[in-house]
Amino acid sequence: MIKRLYLPGFLFFMVLIIGLYSVFFYAPVERVQGVVQKIFYIHVPSAWVSYLAFFIVFIASIIFLIGSSPQWDTIAYCSAEVGVIFTTMVLITGPFWGKPIWGTWWSWDPRLTTTLILWLIYLTYLTLRAYGGPGSSRYAAVLGVVGFLDVPLVHVSVKWWRSLHPTPVVINPQGPQLERSMFITLIIMLIAFTILYLLILSIRVAISRLEGEINELKTVSE
Amino acid sequence: MDNLFYLFWAYTLLWAVLFGYVLYLIRKLSSLRDEIDSIKEKMKKD
Repeated sequence: MIKRLYLPGFLFFMVLIIGLYSVFFYAPVERVQGVVQKIFYIHVPSAWVSYLAFFIVFIASIIFLIGSSPQWDTIAYCSAEVGVIFTTMVLITGPFWGKPIWGTWWSWDPRLTTTLILWLIYLTYLTLRAYGGPGSSRYAAVLGVVGFLDVPLVHVSVKWWRSLHPTPVVINPQGPQLERSMFITLIIMLIAFTILYLLILSIRVAISRLEGEINELKTVSE
Repeated sequence: MDNLFYLFWAYTLLWAVLFGYVLYLIRKLSSLRDEIDSIKEKMKKD
């Protein structure tokens, strides 16, 4: 299993090195915010991966609820865990950007609050899976589907309510509102983070399968 | 230039947590493989 990860792992490191080079040597320093704006290149990809991870939870949970295939349940569970890790990264990197620009580590701003709610929803999902006992996977799947409704809410929150947080600069009706080199740098970092997500998800799924195999072996040997 | 402090810690924390998590998963994966091997070995002996 680990040997199969060498190629995607190598690809990730290559894209990451190009991405980090672009962040610090290709993309210009933003005129108003200065160097701290470069947090953008890890903050936005972390948010993108968390949306992607929860979208996979959403799809896998629906398929599990329809067909009861444990394979999809495993994918949903593992993707939720990875999504929570990346949402944690969003909640960590955001304040490091907010403090020098807004003058505060945290504000009960619509974007920040809906992101915190998203994190709590999927933390509840993981708690339910860990301590809910047999049968909890179906309840968790329902939570995985319903919880995803918060993702579009996080995205539109800066438009619907007055917010300190900047409006989306990439997914924008007028097209990307970024300088060309900044946009290219962001795309490279988005690719690197997406490869990392797929790598982590495949390792996490392999762990779940091995745990299942161990339980089966223990049952047989007893 | 004072803002370098925030930039440094944001990048450091992010990569420390992500690589720490990946390392934890890889270690867990190999320990589970070892556990499966030992169970199979034990089953063969029995």
